[in-house]
Amino acid sequence: MISAHRLTKRFGGFTAVDAIDVEVRRGEAFGFLGPNGAGKSSTMRMIGCVSPPTDGSLRILGLDPAKDGPAIRARLGVVPQRDTLDEELTVRENLLVYGRYFGLSRAHVRAKADELLEFAQLTERANSVVEPLSGGMKRRLTIARSLVNDPELLLLDEPTTGLDPQARHVLWDRLFRLKRSGVTLVLTTHYMDEAEQLCDRLVVMDGGRIVAEGSPRELIALHSTREVLELRFAADDHAPYATKLTGLAQRVEVLPDRLLLYTDDGDATAAAVARRGLEPLSVLARRSTLEDVFLHLTGRTLVD
Amino acid sequence: MAGRAFSFWLTNYRRVWRGTLISGFLGPLFFLVAMGFGLGALVDDGVGGGLGGVDYVRFIAPGILAAQAMQTAVGESTFPVMGALKWQRQYHAMLAAPLGIADIVLGHVAFVAMRVAITSAAFAVVAAVLGAITSWWVLLAVPAAILTGLAFTTPVFAFAARQHDDSGFNVLFRFIVMPMFLFSGTFFPVEQLPGVLEAIARVTPLWHGVELCRGLVMGTATAAGSLGHVAYLTLWAAGGLWLAFASFRKRLVT
Repeated sequence: MISAHRLTKRFGGFTAVDAIDVEVRRGEAFGFLGPNGAGKSSTMRMIGCVSPPTDGSLRILGLDPAKDGPAIRARLGVVPQRDTLDEELTVRENLLVYGRYFGLSRAHVRAKADELLEFAQLTERANSVVEPLSGGMKRRLTIARSLVNDPELLLLDEPTTGLDPQARHVLWDRLFRLKRSGVTLVLTTHYMDEAEQLCDRLVVMDGGRIVAEGSPRELIALHSTREVLELRFAADDHAPYATKLTGLAQRVEVLPDRLLLYTDDGDATAAAVARRGLEPLSVLARRSTLEDVFLHLTGRTLVD
Repeated sequence: MAGRAFSFWLTNYRRVWRGTLISGFLGPLFFLVAMGFGLGALVDDGVGGGLGGVDYVRFIAPGILAAQAMQTAVGESTFPVMGALKWQRQYHAMLAAPLGIADIVLGHVAFVAMRVAITSAAFAVVAAVLGAITSWWVLLAVPAAILTGLAFTTPVFAFAARQHDDSGFNVLFRFIVMPMFLFSGTFFPVEQLPGVLEAIARVTPLWHGVELCRGLVMGTATAAGSLGHVAYLTLWAAGGLWLAFASFRKRLVT
């Protein structure tokens, strides 16, 4: 579906995407994971054929975006990071207008709109103006709108950023259904749970480069341990405790408010900690998540 | 494809057309009544009996027709363009679909032309009812007003697409549109102006639009003169379109 080779995007002297290689296969859900500024959105805009690559090659649906941009876009669905809904039109009108952009007949778009309103659970709000709707509803409408042309490939740029947990779960459920119906999904996110929920395969981007690639399970196996033990002590500085824990875990990570011990057996490590006479305020043994991989790979510095 | 973009603006317009219709020609109507009948009574009683025997209100009616086309065009090409680029970002939505830059620009320009056509036609009807326009040539003056509007629409599109906030629009309205409205022959012949200012007035697109409309309505037009005005206005519209394509591409395709 997507084949990128040494794909590069530069803005003046700044390299947003630095020679990445990506292959996305039909029917899979593929994720771009990374902190802000990693180059995810620039990559998505190039795939969406609205941003010409500076260098490298890019083929989408077997076509060249530089030559066949409109033909490719006719077969894509795009959920941009910021909604581009017309807030003064109604929910239904937004779907109808967007359908017209694809040259679909009025009758076809009307029928499609009803189906999509149902899918996005917006039937009851069909005739409401968009502006006062909740963030979750607007996001669902944007996703519904992106499906108006029955796309083969759906691009979602941070689909659930800023939504409350209920709204996110509703969206994930809708995206699952799409995937089951054979739509190829490509999404960017900085939510690890989202990536673990949705993606068959993903790449972790940092500073415009791909730093890791694989399925969520593979990445956890490769870059983390099976379990993580979180220890919280009654101290402002957790660093001194790390030295007392040497040898208990494969790796110890010091956070401002707690210590992370990467280990294959959390409970056994917790017992070992107790045997050393240390008394943490709280002890939590949990499974390793993609978040551990992500933080390990992209560092813990705050990126704005 | 441009038709698809046009159909969006039309959908949008369906909600607000009543309001724009009223506000669109009430302003020009006020000018027509105040200047034409109020001030006009004094002008017509003055030395020489008005403008060579022509009622003042009949002199300014075609001028206001053209000037109103300019104002509608500029108004529709500033904030709506910025909104579609920056606030509601409808242009971005179009670009994610199969539409291209030219489709997006042409579709919106066509909509602005339609808006100018509606307000111009409405004004012409009212002016005719009030007796300010009496010639059937007004049927050609309305298309002339639309062309005048287009001569402003496309350059202002190009300008608006390069703005990042609305402060540039204030400058445009205060220092370009308003002076043109007052000094490009709408209310008095530009021959009244001192030499340099007259020369400036004669290169403004509004003067050509006013002269074109006035010549048609008052029956003073010559074929060569009218074609010259049409060519000049077309040049502005075409040059502006070319600039608008470039500005939109620079702003949207990054």
